[in-house]
Amino acid sequence: MSDWNESEPLLKLDGLRVEFGASKKKRFAAVKGASFEIMRGETFGLVGESGSGKTTIGRAIVRINEATSGRILYKGRQINGRISKELDREVVQKIQMIFQDPMASLNERAKVDYIVSEGLYNINGFSSEEERKAKVEKALLEVGLLPEFASRFPHEFSGGQRQRIGIARALIMEPELLVADEPISALDVSIRAQVLNLLAELQKRKGLTYLFIAHDLSVVRFITDRIAVIHKGDIVELAQTEELFRRPLHPYTKALLSAIPLPDPRLEKKKRIVIYDPSCHRYDERGPSWREAAPGHFVLADDRELAAYRDEIARADAAEGV
Amino acid sequence: MGTNESLLSVRDLVVKFNLRGQVLTAIRGASLDLYEGQTLAIVGESGSGKSVFTKSFLGMLDQNGWVDSGSILFEGVELSRYKSQEEWRAVRGKKIAMVFQDPMTALNPLKTIGKQIEEVLELHHGLKGLHAAKAAAEMLGRVGISDPEARAKQYPHEFSGGMRQRVVIAIAMACKPRILICDEPTTALDVTIQAQILDLIRALQKDFGFTTIYITHDLGVVANVADRVAVMYAGQIVEQGLVEEIFYDPRHPYTWALLSSLPQLGVKHEPLYAIKGTPPNLFKPIKGDAFAPRNPKALKIDFEEEPPEFFVSPTHSARTWLLDPQAPKLEPPAAIRALRAAYERSEA
Ligand SMILES: Nc1ncnc2c1ncn2[C@@H]1O[C@H](COP(=O)(O)OP(=O)(O)OP(=O)(O)O)[C@@H](O)[C@H]1O
Ligand SMILES: Nc1ncnc2c1ncn2[C@@H]1O[C@H](COP(=O)(O)OP(=O)(O)OP(=O)(O)O)[C@@H](O)[C@H]1O
Ligand SMILES: [Mg+2]
Ligand SMILES: [Mg+2]
Repeated sequence: MSDWNESEPLLKLDGLRVEFGASKKKRFAAVKGASFEIMRGETFGLVGESGSGKTTIGRAIVRINEATSGRILYKGRQINGRISKELDREVVQKIQMIFQDPMASLNERAKVDYIVSEGLYNINGFSSEEERKAKVEKALLEVGLLPEFASRFPHEFSGGQRQRIGIARALIMEPELLVADEPISALDVSIRAQVLNLLAELQKRKGLTYLFIAHDLSVVRFITDRIAVIHKGDIVELAQTEELFRRPLHPYTKALLSAIPLPDPRLEKKKRIVIYDPSCHRYDERGPSWREAAPGHFVLADDRELAAYRDEIARADAAEGV
Repeated sequence: MGTNESLLSVRDLVVKFNLRGQVLTAIRGASLDLYEGQTLAIVGESGSGKSVFTKSFLGMLDQNGWVDSGSILFEGVELSRYKSQEEWRAVRGKKIAMVFQDPMTALNPLKTIGKQIEEVLELHHGLKGLHAAKAAAEMLGRVGISDPEARAKQYPHEFSGGMRQRVVIAIAMACKPRILICDEPTTALDVTIQAQILDLIRALQKDFGFTTIYITHDLGVVANVADRVAVMYAGQIVEQGLVEEIFYDPRHPYTWALLSSLPQLGVKHEPLYAIKGTPPNLFKPIKGDAFAPRNPKALKIDFEEEPPEFFVSPTHSARTWLLDPQAPKLEPPAAIRALRAAYERSEA
């Protein structure tokens, strides 16, 4: 075991860069240098438009995508690149991912019994067939499914049930960190609330830590403690959830917030959408860097912008009488 | 906001499907009026019949489906009597057009974007050659695609999801329909792009003067676009009214449940309201109020007799026994009361 303690981040990304494309000409960076820390027991949100690199970050953490450079630390130990067999096994077990599309992410030809316990085979997670079956049963019950479902095939289930199967197969590993990649986007309205409630309840019961990926800010606001906003591979802002909603700084964050659908016709019809134009920054050759504009509130900015953001915060505080 | 003329009037529509010898009733007596120039949103969970209902206005039901009874009156013509594809061709695409959720399936991957718009222009307006090409580029520009001449020469896979949806809208607009039906037009898109597409449709609606039906399960979209809202459950319209009536004064327990389960109306660190159970089996006859088994506060009569349509105002009606003068008075859930209170504060 390591000498990691609870006051240190459970997961830390330090300048993570992920590039795709074999040839030099085709190379392109989906993630350009992401840094953030997730504390144990926290729900950390990652939001941004389609193609911004959210899934790529999630997949780098569970090491499906290789990090081109930068470091991913789990309990203080680097887990990307070459690592020891023991650490590898620990990470395979302790970091699990729930996938974006519950319809496509389950092996159609396998029974639920196998799908849920698949991960256990990789870590020698059971000593007998009885133990494996008992673990499957427990995991299914934990996500509110009946143990009898183990002998069925995925296509016999509804979208919400399939997403529960996806969660059960992560839980059976007894993870500490769950990367939930848009776990409710593909679900119908009437089952979204069920799955959100289930995730919240599991966190309470098991002290899980979540990286919650989504493009729908209204869901993220409801479930997360802190949020990082990503735009085209760059993290542009990071703050406590309510802080981010109260005083967003980066123009892209403002654009995202302005577009949130509100279930209230009066507000929705008054809503003015802000469109983000990256050329508004007018950066010089040094470009922007990652700055702390207020305690715990980080933003990608150059000197001039940082000064303006600090001004904005001071004015907002004054207006609120803080 | 348009006139009070009903452009499309549907009465007691029943649509059935034959599935391996069994009959499924997808639409169980739905009635609806669409008013010229107004935007109607249809909401409801998956399988409630939103797509089937609207497809029946264009004769686009799958082979195994049919209109069993009821009436669909459009411009004085009874569409439910249409049999041949010949008859439907005069309506479909031309007078009533539809935009689907997944723009990729609506476009032909092997033809350029320009070609696909030109074909529609040729079919409906007899435009040919350079005239058609010019009109197609104009249409692309109109839906916000920059450099339309060059873009017209590209193929669908070279466009992003949001751009493809714009193209599909351009194709639908090319025949200047009177009714545009958008079936989940923005579900596959992220919020920023979604908001832009909604703005686009609104702008086009102003210019071209068509009437829009939105099908969606996103109540944020409904609040944004709709003048009127119809809530569907198990093949019936259980509540309909002006958008303010549905959001600030909903009456059907299903509408309450739908609104209450929204994270935007939830209280942080408390469970969201979640609708329990599953929708009813449409292969079997349904007794009473179809939502009763999932409604924790259902009345005894809900399990016995189907509720009629009760009117709350001339524009607002719901099919729930709660509106019967003899029913006990039931407070709507907290999230609904909060929405209403915020509205009343802003009015005061
Ligand atoms: N295996 C891959 N090979 C090449 N490019 C990839 C690969 N995976 C992702 N990309 C590209 O990297 C970028 C980021 O993709 P990613 O899937 O991380 O986006 P996302 O933020 O999760 O988007 P969405 O909200 O649509 O899920 C995109 O341009 C995508 O096309
Ligand atoms: N071709 C078909 N054969 C048999 N049943 C069908 C057919 N098409 C639709 N149905 C059934 O009719 C009912 C209504 O389906 P419909 O597609 O209208 O739902 P919807 O409200 O549009 O749902 P979603 O939000 O998932 O698009 C469902 O029970 C569906 O299974
Ligand atoms: Mg993704
Ligand atoms: Mg549908």
